[in-house]
Amino acid sequence: MTKADAMRREITTETHRGTLSLEPLCLYVSVVALACLLLPACLFAQAQPQIAKSSCVECHSAFPEPTGVTEAQWAADIHAQKGLTCASCHGGDPSEPSPEGAMSKKAGFRGKPKRNEIPAMCAKCHADGAYMRQYNPSLRTDQFAQYQTSVHGKRLAHGDTKVAVCIDCHSVHGIRPSREPRSTVNPLNVANTCSRCHSDAAYMKDYKIKTDQFAGYSASVHHEAMVVRGDLSAPTCTTCHGNHGAAPPGVASVENVCSTCHVFQAQLFDISPHKAAFAAMGTGSCITCHSNHRIVHPTDAMVGTGNEAVCTNCHATADPGFVAAGQIHDDLSKLDESLKRSDEVLDKAERSGMEVSQARIDEAQGRDSLIKARVTVHSFQPGKVEQDTQAGMKIADKTYKAGLQALAERDYRRKGLGLTLITIVAVLIGLWMYIRQIESRNQSGGS
Amino acid sequence: MASVPEATPPTSTHSNRLVRWLDERFGWEQLVAPLRHKTVPVHKLSYWYFLGGMTLFLFMIQVLTGILLLLYYRPSANEAFESVQYIMTQVQFGWLVRSIHSWSANLMIFTAFAHMFSVLFLRAYTKPRELTWLTGMVLLFLALGFGFSGYLLPWNTLAFFATKVGTEITGQVPLIGKPLLIFLRGGEEVTGATLTRFFGFHVALLPGITTLLIATHILLIQRLGMSVPPGQEAAWKALPPNKREMPFFPNFFAHELMAWYVALGVLGALAALYPWELGSKADPFVAAPAGIRPEWYFMFMFQTLKLIPAKVGPVDGELLGIMGFGLAGLVWVLLPFLGGDRYGRRQVFIRGLGVFALAYIVCMTAYGYMAVPK
Amino acid sequence: MDHAETVTKHEPARRRLMQFLLGGGLLASAVAFLYPVLRYLVPPAATDLGGDSVVAAKVGDLKANSGKIFRFGSRPGLLVRTSDGEYRAMSAVCTHLNCTVQYRSDVREVWCACHNGFYDLNGRNVAGPPPRPLESYAVHINGDDVVVSRRRGA
Repeated sequence: MTKADAMRREITTETHRGTLSLEPLCLYVSVVALACLLLPACLFAQAQPQIAKSSCVECHSAFPEPTGVTEAQWAADIHAQKGLTCASCHGGDPSEPSPEGAMSKKAGFRGKPKRNEIPAMCAKCHADGAYMRQYNPSLRTDQFAQYQTSVHGKRLAHGDTKVAVCIDCHSVHGIRPSREPRSTVNPLNVANTCSRCHSDAAYMKDYKIKTDQFAGYSASVHHEAMVVRGDLSAPTCTTCHGNHGAAPPGVASVENVCSTCHVFQAQLFDISPHKAAFAAMGTGSCITCHSNHRIVHPTDAMVGTGNEAVCTNCHATADPGFVAAGQIHDDLSKLDESLKRSDEVLDKAERSGMEVSQARIDEAQGRDSLIKARVTVHSFQPGKVEQDTQAGMKIADKTYKAGLQALAERDYRRKGLGLTLITIVAVLIGLWMYIRQIESRNQSGGS
Repeated sequence: MASVPEATPPTSTHSNRLVRWLDERFGWEQLVAPLRHKTVPVHKLSYWYFLGGMTLFLFMIQVLTGILLLLYYRPSANEAFESVQYIMTQVQFGWLVRSIHSWSANLMIFTAFAHMFSVLFLRAYTKPRELTWLTGMVLLFLALGFGFSGYLLPWNTLAFFATKVGTEITGQVPLIGKPLLIFLRGGEEVTGATLTRFFGFHVALLPGITTLLIATHILLIQRLGMSVPPGQEAAWKALPPNKREMPFFPNFFAHELMAWYVALGVLGALAALYPWELGSKADPFVAAPAGIRPEWYFMFMFQTLKLIPAKVGPVDGELLGIMGFGLAGLVWVLLPFLGGDRYGRRQVFIRGLGVFALAYIVCMTAYGYMAVPK
Repeated sequence: MDHAETVTKHEPARRRLMQFLLGGGLLASAVAFLYPVLRYLVPPAATDLGGDSVVAAKVGDLKANSGKIFRFGSRPGLLVRTSDGEYRAMSAVCTHLNCTVQYRSDVREVWCACHNGFYDLNGRNVAGPPPRPLESYAVHINGDDVVVSRRRGA
């Protein structure tokens, strides 16, 4: 018997259920291995949407801009994923391999649409409710109607082709739905998209509007909320200006726009003396103090009569408004100081090892009062602001006392320690004297 | 009817009535006689004799404060942190009991190490004191076990992650590592089950074993007497009249009592001036905060493991470190058997080893603290 | 007098001083150690640990359609008794900027006064700036106590 035979004998074992031999085992293993290799490929293939093959992309993927469209670009387009082809917008025959056949007038080839024709062309589908319902019943279909009310739409109708049309914001050939992070109209990217024109001083030189909006917005607290804190509900250009019906809100409607989020401030403003005054002056309410694009985080220094205060922009020294502004600022500062003072004492107590968690909870309530008071500022009535700050002062007082109590307890402990140490020292001296005694007795009395 | 002849009841002639009472019932005098005759050698290095008793004293403090803490502590993940917070804030002098317990734990481990090193350098581990050294080394490991298990009990963030890392390292030991890790953690991960288990170790298992070993250790010391450093021993052998001793009772004990009172003062001051902090409640789902590190007595091992490169040749670096420490520990335990004769040449080598070990531990601990940003 | 005599003459006084210091010191230090231990053994009045389970109120404290803030661990919690008499409990820390929320009996919702955030009675954020719901807690009636505890499991 050869060695191979011997091995085969060994591997073939007999069990209750029968024998386990080597050759079928090899076969099973190979089949399983092959299946494991092929399965991921199958799954992967299924995950991709089927993009129809077209001769257009085959040629145009080799061209540079502006006639170049790569396979990857087109595959990312939502239209391609839903089964539309180049011919849907450009006409022609994508099944024809030759350029003459594919781009023939007979096949309905339209070529590159003119800029002022683009909105109407997109609207042919996107404004057709019955048509769009096939793809996404909840998508709006009023974009074109809105566009026609916008500054862009109106100017386009008068022949200005420099204004934005659909493809300027949504891009072309690689259009992603707005909820995708890489879409040019995703909330995170909207400001960048608008600024492509609106921050370009050379492009905008014929128009009588500024080009510093994006720079201002980038420094604003709204931008920080969106980009740094990741709050997608924070406002971007389109939130206040509209997207398809983009136009600046009128002076009278600025407050309405801001108050969709800043409800309390608007309610307080409405009952304040400023409402009538600003309407009479014809200035936009909120933006007079807070600016429109460069809206920075407000500080207590903004209200009052100091250098950074906005109140003194209108209010002259000693007029009622000036006085009120000073009072409001003082109230806020007093509460802020009070809270800081109690915070310091609690910190000190905590560092000494005292436990002050209850006072910390109360402290949070105190800070709530300050936050509320800063909203109440918009009533521009010192009495109302004082109501909030007084509540806060009471709490700050309470937590300050708690902190002092904790420090007193700490001192009590140290006094207790001192007394105990005295008794210990007494024992130590006593012991030492005792030792001296017994040792001298040993020496003098003999061991 | 035969009657069992009754033995004459013992009588005592001691001057003190209480002692007489005890003597007639327990044979008190016979029991304490050896203690009365116990002497302690007096020489330049006698002060080192205090360390053993100091460690014992601190252990007794731990037992006392530990029992007090047991009255209020709750060993479940839901309530452990809050119960320690309760002790620190609501219970009268709870802050004192808890802080003394935490500080005394650290001091005890320090004196245990110092005691071990002083015994090493004074060559008190050689024949016939091998068993004393052996029981002592096991006691040292038990002390570290007390420290490790007790550290988790307040269930704060630092403790949670230190335990996680510590048991993770234990899991790296070949063969027995994984079962050991699961045994320690009470599962795959550090959870409430780990807390309950560590509590059981800390208040029942370890104290039981430690008490037995301390009794053995002290019994051995009483039977074998106090060792005298080799140089001094030789000098006295040459000139016997120079030999100086003091009785244990009351002389040495009075000295020792002084040391213990000083320790009490130090503990009280530490507890009042530097109370042990509470930290924040452990949350297993939060990422480990930066700067996680073990208590100082594990720092030198932790720092060593951090410094070893990931791979040393074909061997995993961490594994090499763990095996290294294991080997070192084994050698240390077996020192009396490896060192040979008390006056032999190998003793010089062991002294060198001892100096190296001490320097290594001190430097690595310091390095560990300097390297980690607080 | 020579040195030995001086020593023996002062000895009784010295001995008394030593006895006073040692005896008195031992006694005083024993008192100093025992006093805190004895005080420690007496349980404090407040036996509630806080933590994951808290007695938020007594039955009958809250009327229907009203709410109450209570301490839960180291944070405030909100206990609401709905108009049907049911109890609901949730964290009172607003998920927007951490102000303390309250129950509004007029709109029957939980409201944050800082920036006008609204939550429903399950803690879900329904209007305004809050980005996440409030953590909701389980409520049990235990005799006379309304006990609020953290929800376990999934």
